[in-house]
Amino acid sequence: MPVKDPHIIIQPEDTDKVYTTLNLGPTHPATHGIFQNILTMDGEIIIDAEQTVGYIHRAFEKIAEHRPYYQIKPLTDRMNYCSSPINNIGWDLTVEKLLGIQTNKKIDYMRIIIMELARITDHLICNSVIGVDSGALTGFTYVFQEREAIYEIYEEMCGARLTTNMGRIGGFEREFSPLAIKKLRDLLKRLPKVLREFEKLLMRNRIFMDRTINVGPISAERALNYGFTGPNLRAAGIDYDVRVMNPYCSYEDFDFVIPVGTNGDTYDRFCVREEELWQSIKLVENALENLPEGKHHVDVPEIFLPPKEDVYSKMEALIWHFKIVMGEIGVPAKDIYNAVEGGNGELGFYLVSDGGRKPYRLHFRRPCFIYYQAFPEMIKGSVLSDAILTMSSMNVIAGELDA
Amino acid sequence: MEEKQDILQIIKGRFESEIILTDGSGDIPSVTVKSNSLFAIIEFLKNDPATGYNFLTDICGIHYPENELPLGVIYHMHNLGENRRIRIKTYVPLSNPEVASVTPLFSSANWMERETYDFYGIIFKGHPNLKRILNVEYLDFFPMRKEYPLEDPTREDKDNRYFGR
Amino acid sequence: METRKTPYNIAEPPDGYSSPGMFATRLDKVVGLARSNSIWPLPFATSCCGIEFMATMGANYDLGRFGSERLSFSPRQADLLMVMGTIAKKMGPIVHQIYEQMAEPRWVIAVGACAASGGIFDTYSVLQGIDRVVPVDVYVPGCPPRPEQIIDGFMLIQSLVANEPIRRRYSPEYRELLERYGIR
Repeated sequence: MPVKDPHIIIQPEDTDKVYTTLNLGPTHPATHGIFQNILTMDGEIIIDAEQTVGYIHRAFEKIAEHRPYYQIKPLTDRMNYCSSPINNIGWDLTVEKLLGIQTNKKIDYMRIIIMELARITDHLICNSVIGVDSGALTGFTYVFQEREAIYEIYEEMCGARLTTNMGRIGGFEREFSPLAIKKLRDLLKRLPKVLREFEKLLMRNRIFMDRTINVGPISAERALNYGFTGPNLRAAGIDYDVRVMNPYCSYEDFDFVIPVGTNGDTYDRFCVREEELWQSIKLVENALENLPEGKHHVDVPEIFLPPKEDVYSKMEALIWHFKIVMGEIGVPAKDIYNAVEGGNGELGFYLVSDGGRKPYRLHFRRPCFIYYQAFPEMIKGSVLSDAILTMSSMNVIAGELDA
Repeated sequence: MEEKQDILQIIKGRFESEIILTDGSGDIPSVTVKSNSLFAIIEFLKNDPATGYNFLTDICGIHYPENELPLGVIYHMHNLGENRRIRIKTYVPLSNPEVASVTPLFSSANWMERETYDFYGIIFKGHPNLKRILNVEYLDFFPMRKEYPLEDPTREDKDNRYFGR
Repeated sequence: METRKTPYNIAEPPDGYSSPGMFATRLDKVVGLARSNSIWPLPFATSCCGIEFMATMGANYDLGRFGSERLSFSPRQADLLMVMGTIAKKMGPIVHQIYEQMAEPRWVIAVGACAASGGIFDTYSVLQGIDRVVPVDVYVPGCPPRPEQIIDGFMLIQSLVANEPIRRRYSPEYRELLERYGIR
């Protein structure tokens, strides 16, 4: 007899009411991504939701078993595509942990700048989309200009706007150019003013607060039980941040605050993300100020491709290039788990290596997939418009959900 | 290092006969257990104050075709208060791939176990809703097993000769 | 008819005979002019290309100046189905259903490598291009395509719309094309 989880399922036969079924289908303007919810409603109140995901399942884990380590990075781009550099650097850190490579401070600080910029873009989209779903479209168009500015910075650093494939295992392929640093400084001067204007629009706005306070709440125990991580868990009151608990990439050198909410409702999630934006700006400023001297890549010729001028002129560089691309590098055969703080929470990589050129098994611990299960419990008893706001405040990104 | 060994000693002391091997040498301590005692071990790890792993980080599956027990399920748990992680592995045979579901302990296991079933065909006894989650419902094989290819063999527009397969 | 010099671009009038209070030209030219400058797209955004579409609709690369300011999420009111992002086999029937719900004349643009041909995902679960399920007019390559590329594809659609013969949707070739895809 299968165990019925009392938190999820209510039997419609319990009363003699007639319930309506509403299909909040895969293509819907308000679900930012494709996932389906079939809602059982009693008039306007939602009783239950049956979820179907997998409409964009691209079999990342199967593809990863057929690609060498340096070819898996474009796959990680396309998981949480709003903040792809975090996924890229998370993968680099995982392979460096497997190979036992230690990076210098310069690389760490460069990585912190890029990861916090990516976090800024992710939270900007999420917060402005909460505004769009409650009717305030202006904030979105203003804030997207800053995202364009960050796209220009990415383009200067790595050549691509959205799916960046940034960095290499063992560092970066080039330094930050002076133009990139200038654009970064201009952005850091402009961003606080834009953010303050955005906050004035929404944060103490009477209509917005009425629409988001006590909407889609979840308690801290239920959030922990559901495997929440990231801003959603911090809005429920638990201060778990992978950057603080298992510091990686020299985050321990920096002093930043973890914002924590109380109710776990939509307003708390909005405010937690807003405060994290300010903390990320501070982190980028600090890292840029204190960027140490050093090389932009580690001196590990077994894994870091030599520069092309050397490949065409020197013998050892040619041999290393051949070995790396053909995959004749010794990789220890063990399994590791590495986690970074993505835009949505703990993004984990469980890598099982058998010593060969490709991973034997690679599993992505995707935060969206795990916390989206709690959605029916969060919207039980609320009306449809509250459910839409709850969904957009949870920042469910379809690429990460289905992978 | 001693901390890892302490935890492994506590587990070994409690469940001597169920443990197949313990490994404190990797990045996090790892325990391989027999599949029929998995639920008891995870319940102990969650509730006992000495261990206190109150957060289920991840569940995933794995397939080693040459082993005697080819299909495996791997759990990662995390003690948020004291910042300790642990990895629990269990292996099941192909003919009877059954493991107890940990959904009564952790609600996050619901979809993670469905994903493992979808990819490897491991049946979780006691799961409230064990059906495919990411693939289409009418898919009649378990795609992540090693014997199945990555590409769809019925596709007409791509010629394997030009794609290096 | 002489064209006025304006500081902004206005649509060119078609060739025709004009006199005070009257302008005579071909019907399909006028209809094409009106339709091509007021296309209502249905943004079927599934993944990363959807975010680039949001950037295209933003203020920097404004798609609204081509007449498509009003995005319609209902297929009954849309002219152009913009499929942006990977379409998995689970999603294929839904794209087909949305296409069937659109009213003639309708066009389809496949934005991105995944919609055009499956992209980098040559796997068992991804549809290798949406032209397996719906007839496509314009393919925009890129992963993701830059907003300028999306606008270029959109302008190609505009030229297709402007030059479409009036009886095209009733011709036997078009009927046979829809038959091949199983669209009634």
